[in-house]
Amino acid sequence: MKEIELYEPRIVAFFCHWCSYGAADLAGVSRMEYPASFRAVRIPCTGRMSPKFILHALRQGADGIWVSGCHPGDCHYGTGNYHSRRRLELLKNMLDYIGIEEGRIHFSWISSAEAEKFQQMAIRVVEAVRGLGPNTRLVKSVCSNCIPPVPTCDTMHECYEPLEEIPGAPRPNGSCCGGNGL
Amino acid sequence: MMKTRTEAIRAAARTLLEEGRVDAVIGYVQGTIPLRAQPFVAYTPEECDRFIWSSFCGGNLASIASGRTDRVAVVAQGCVSRNLNGLVHENRIQRENLYIIGVPCIGMLDQRKVEAKLFGRNIEFLKRDPEEDLGEIVVGGCNAMGECYEEVIKRRDVKRDNCYTCMHRNPVGADTVVVEPVSETAGGDINAVATPWMRFDADRRWEEFAKNFEDCIRCYACRDVCPLCYCTTCFVDESNPQWCGKTQDSADVQTFHILRAFHCAGRCTDCGACESACPQGIKMRRLTSMLEKDVRTLWGHEPGMDSTTKPPLSTYRPDDPEDHFK
Repeated sequence: MKEIELYEPRIVAFFCHWCSYGAADLAGVSRMEYPASFRAVRIPCTGRMSPKFILHALRQGADGIWVSGCHPGDCHYGTGNYHSRRRLELLKNMLDYIGIEEGRIHFSWISSAEAEKFQQMAIRVVEAVRGLGPNTRLVKSVCSNCIPPVPTCDTMHECYEPLEEIPGAPRPNGSCCGGNGL
Repeated sequence: MMKTRTEAIRAAARTLLEEGRVDAVIGYVQGTIPLRAQPFVAYTPEECDRFIWSSFCGGNLASIASGRTDRVAVVAQGCVSRNLNGLVHENRIQRENLYIIGVPCIGMLDQRKVEAKLFGRNIEFLKRDPEEDLGEIVVGGCNAMGECYEEVIKRRDVKRDNCYTCMHRNPVGADTVVVEPVSETAGGDINAVATPWMRFDADRRWEEFAKNFEDCIRCYACRDVCPLCYCTTCFVDESNPQWCGKTQDSADVQTFHILRAFHCAGRCTDCGACESACPQGIKMRRLTSMLEKDVRTLWGHEPGMDSTTKPPLSTYRPDDPEDHFK
């Protein structure tokens, strides 16, 4: 009997350097858990976003796209996100019109202090794309696996070598910080 | 050939060149085959006698005026005059170097639709080309056996798709208008037909989209005829990074058409030159008319109505709609 595998989507996320990338950092240092199914690409500003980037990601086999930047009015460069807002609204309407499912493309405004919103949004994006399954539209035929799949594992040991096998690594039961869940 | 318009265009062009007000006049001459008109640049008053105006001037002369630094006059119907306004705004041509010979337009015809009505019979001549919107054209020809025919076709049955829903048939901002203005709209409702796939679900929309563009041979005629496409290096020619592959792979073809349409968003005047130029009869207006409808509803912009308003994607308002942002 074959178990039904949980599908891990491949999502390309474009984060503005000044806001959402910082929010991802804050979420990380705050030890918030969020799915690891997206590859973060740092862009200087959402105003840098070109429709080419989104189409290119889809062509390379991405199942979903997530673009996130500063709230309107808070752009580091003044007006970058105002311009990108018009462009992305139009692009999403267009991709929707030609049959790219609505849940594959996500946009959000997340400031660098909103780690919790980042976490919620990450879960939301990944679950929406997971629900849609692999993307087959606009994918270039020679490029079905250009973006390698996300490693899936229940515990760290399935994915990574145990620490004790790496020379020089601290031993789990060593003198410093071992053993008791510290 | 439309007699009144043709003669008025010739007279206006000749006067401009004789008085030395322009260096060249851009207009149409009869193409090498019937039901086609080809662009022509006249530099002397004598050459102006070759100009014609017919129901098949389906190109866009603004793309020939674009980038010129001499003083040119352009024969322009509603859509082309709006493209010229856009090009003036985009600094592709200086307004003081441009003279717009406006021609009120009664809609261009689609030679493919005419051919379809003739069931493969050879078209050798266009006998009658009336200057009424609801007139009838007469085409005819002979086969190798010497059997000849003439067929009367109603103009309204064979108009180009975009000409049914034209919103501005009279030139906008023309320096001179050669004949009496016609009714401003063609009668069709562009908003009702701009998004024909919208009523389907996503899977069906994708099917329709893929089917629409599957015959594309990537000849780039739509790009070359378009007055909006003047980049020195087009994104399809960029090789590193390569945004759009050069193959016939459906993903490459679709990427080309998506990006081509998107680059025209907020600037397209729905002149229909792309569809007229396409050797495969692909309906790329399916994408551009959808984008223009969005531009109208989201930001209330109509391209080319003057030469000062910024295209909607190069400006913003703080209170723009943001339905897709969370």
